[in-house]
Amino acid sequence: MSIDVSQFHQVFFEESFEGLDAMEMGLLGMQEGSPDMEIVNTIFRAAHSIKGGAGTFGFAQVSEFTHGLETLLDQMRNGQRDVSSEAVNLLLQAVDVLREMLTAVQQSEDVDCWRVNEVSTQIEALLGSDSDLPAAEAPSEATASGWLIDFKPHPHLLQTGNDPIRLFNELRELGQLTVTLNSAGLPAFSDLDPEESYLSWQLALEGDVSLAQINEIFEWVEGDCDLTISPLASADTAEVIDEPVAVEDMPSPQAEIISEPAQAANTVKSTAAESKKAVKNDAALASIRVSTDKVDSLINLVGELVITQSMLSQLGENFDPSRLAQLIDGLEQLERNTRELQEGIMRIRMLPISFAFNRFPRLVHDLSGKMGKQVELQLSGEQTELDKTVMEKIGDPLVHLVRNSLDHGLETPEKRLAAGKPESGLLQLNAYHQGGNIVIEISDDGAGLNEDKILQKAIEKGLVPAGEQLSADKIHELIFMPGFSTADVVSDVSGRGVGMDVVRKNINSLGGSVEVVSERGVGSTFTIRLPLTLAIMDGQTIQVGDQKYIIPLISIIESVEIKPGTVKNVTGKGEVYTLRDEYVPLIRLREVFNLDVGSDTLDEGLLVVVEFEDRKVGLFVDELLAQQQVVIKSLETNYRKVTGIAGATILGDGTVALILDIAGLQAMYRDPALAKPLRTIQAA
Amino acid sequence: MTEMTLNNEILDMFDVMGSVEEGMQQFLTFELHSEHYGVEILRVQEIKGWDHVTPIPNTPPHVCGVLNLRGAIVPIVDLRLFFDMPFQPYTKTTVVVVLRVEDVTPRTVGIVVDAVSDAHNVHPDDIRETPDFGAVVSTAFISGITRIDDNMVMLLDVDTLLSSEQIG
Repeated sequence: MSIDVSQFHQVFFEESFEGLDAMEMGLLGMQEGSPDMEIVNTIFRAAHSIKGGAGTFGFAQVSEFTHGLETLLDQMRNGQRDVSSEAVNLLLQAVDVLREMLTAVQQSEDVDCWRVNEVSTQIEALLGSDSDLPAAEAPSEATASGWLIDFKPHPHLLQTGNDPIRLFNELRELGQLTVTLNSAGLPAFSDLDPEESYLSWQLALEGDVSLAQINEIFEWVEGDCDLTISPLASADTAEVIDEPVAVEDMPSPQAEIISEPAQAANTVKSTAAESKKAVKNDAALASIRVSTDKVDSLINLVGELVITQSMLSQLGENFDPSRLAQLIDGLEQLERNTRELQEGIMRIRMLPISFAFNRFPRLVHDLSGKMGKQVELQLSGEQTELDKTVMEKIGDPLVHLVRNSLDHGLETPEKRLAAGKPESGLLQLNAYHQGGNIVIEISDDGAGLNEDKILQKAIEKGLVPAGEQLSADKIHELIFMPGFSTADVVSDVSGRGVGMDVVRKNINSLGGSVEVVSERGVGSTFTIRLPLTLAIMDGQTIQVGDQKYIIPLISIIESVEIKPGTVKNVTGKGEVYTLRDEYVPLIRLREVFNLDVGSDTLDEGLLVVVEFEDRKVGLFVDELLAQQQVVIKSLETNYRKVTGIAGATILGDGTVALILDIAGLQAMYRDPALAKPLRTIQAA
Repeated sequence: MTEMTLNNEILDMFDVMGSVEEGMQQFLTFELHSEHYGVEILRVQEIKGWDHVTPIPNTPPHVCGVLNLRGAIVPIVDLRLFFDMPFQPYTKTTVVVVLRVEDVTPRTVGIVVDAVSDAHNVHPDDIRETPDFGAVVSTAFISGITRIDDNMVMLLDVDTLLSSEQIG
């Protein structure tokens, strides 16, 4: 009778974290004084199910802590308590603590007791402060030195799926437990129904335990047993201890019957230990929730694929050339099925960006309070879907940008009023799809970037020669330069050493880009562009010498034949191509990749103009081959990062083709040293 | 396929007498420029013939390129070039031994050798320490030396030999 509950832990954690998010959203939306009952109810329900779940899975600390929280919420729900900002802030803190506790439990780490105690003391203080309210847990005050529990299960208790042993094990976690068995109810062996319970127990639980805690344990068997719980007088303890018969030391007649529960006890113990281990492993296994209709559509697609497959195999069994048209049709159908299946599977990994956006109301709430600024946060496009991996990686850069906007962008109310703007600043987060990209905009109506200050700073840091005149756009770009840190304005909020260059680097590593548009006194907008997914991309296969490479289609501007006279030399070494009215540096892939074979004559090949962060270069290649979708595989898994190579993919014939990294190629072009092998062979 | 079954196949392939004896270590031996080398057999994932690899630009000469090993991109290292031995053109008998390397995260790397010899049980007592060759020969990746059928066999420490710094 021991179900391994650890398999449900992951679900519990997920649900709890979702519940916490819901609580947080609700709390932030709560109006002081006249709360929306629906919101309070939502928060209460979330807290209640976390408590219930934690109790079921034996996370006592979590359920205890949530209990106080629940009491507070219950009073608000019943209108016994006003919703004060004090209470809301405390509840928000409690949500944080709960999240920390759950994370700690999930990773089998120790919970930060100090912080837990601090917040739960505050909750208790708040609960206790109103004397007109009935004390939340009157009986629990009588925590005596222990409890005497008379537990007589009804015969059908075992059939309800409850096992006394488990109850006892839970009790034992609360304090010193002495179990006395009363086997008087046992019938003769011939009359014994193995599925019924005949035994009753007297339990003495010593320790600082509240009645509520005991009641919670017996909650599951309520109605299925006779239960009497009375405070344990010290005299009683002695009495009970006088003749305790520990379950394990049963005299032989009962031993036969007892041996089963005793064994059960052992199993329970060992499964508990195992489940602890399991949790540790499970914590690393991430999971996603997928809506049923996405799965249903996948099943439909697989159905179609199976039909196509059987059609083709039938066709193949007795094929003759007259049915060629049928075969071509079938293959087309197969291609469509495969593509749809691929899209369907990609959709499983897609989550609405609200998962990343949802943390911002809280962040803005906390920060604006801290900085004495009034901020209105507007979220839009929260339902825009994005690959889960991309979402996870974009979180930190987004937080950084939002913090920056709050700290540097938006002004204090006084300054805003003086500038003729509304007192409260506006921060907008917007997401939408554009082509194969997702675009995220973070805009504020604050002061905008201060070009003079940025330029001055850049000159100080030696990033720009003194006295240079730069356009506003160029100056805005400076904030993304490595080494451009706003160190002299270090505050709690931003300037923690994570500069904008890191933001840009992180976003670039995802194959995306970030840019800023800003106007003094009007505000700034940061625009992030990201690919929808990291796993598959559209690629253009090219041939250089005897090698095939893939260029990400998204970075290709155009491909042109080189007309004689359009390529000019610069200082005898570099080459530029005249593309309409632009000069585009020319990179010969054969040279940067040190290939032995390949074309050197410009009019024999083609120029693929690619762009990265507004910088165009022309890649000189021998030939353009097919355009195809490629599955990106990392070179780093088994080897290392190679400059100029973004990854590898497997072509239709099973061979490997390398995917070019445009940013890396541009860097190699600027600094040829990067093109050298990292190290020559060591003498063996 | 699990590692165990793979290894069993290798054992079958070489028709090893009996299974691993108590306290014995098993090594797969191979030839390289008339020298004999051995790697711990539990590290061997697969032995395959030479196949076309995709060269990676701007890597040291001993990195032949990458190979598609059932969907995984695996780098292939020419051990002759790695040891500064003369290059030998790849033929039908050229063999790639795919090894598992314990690094920060486990990696899979293939090495090109002249020919695979056999699998041997070696008692730990029969493994001698590598003598110090001074600066002439780097012995960091030789874990020990043993004698099999009158041949001196250098036992390679796969993790040191194929660490990412070493491969370059």
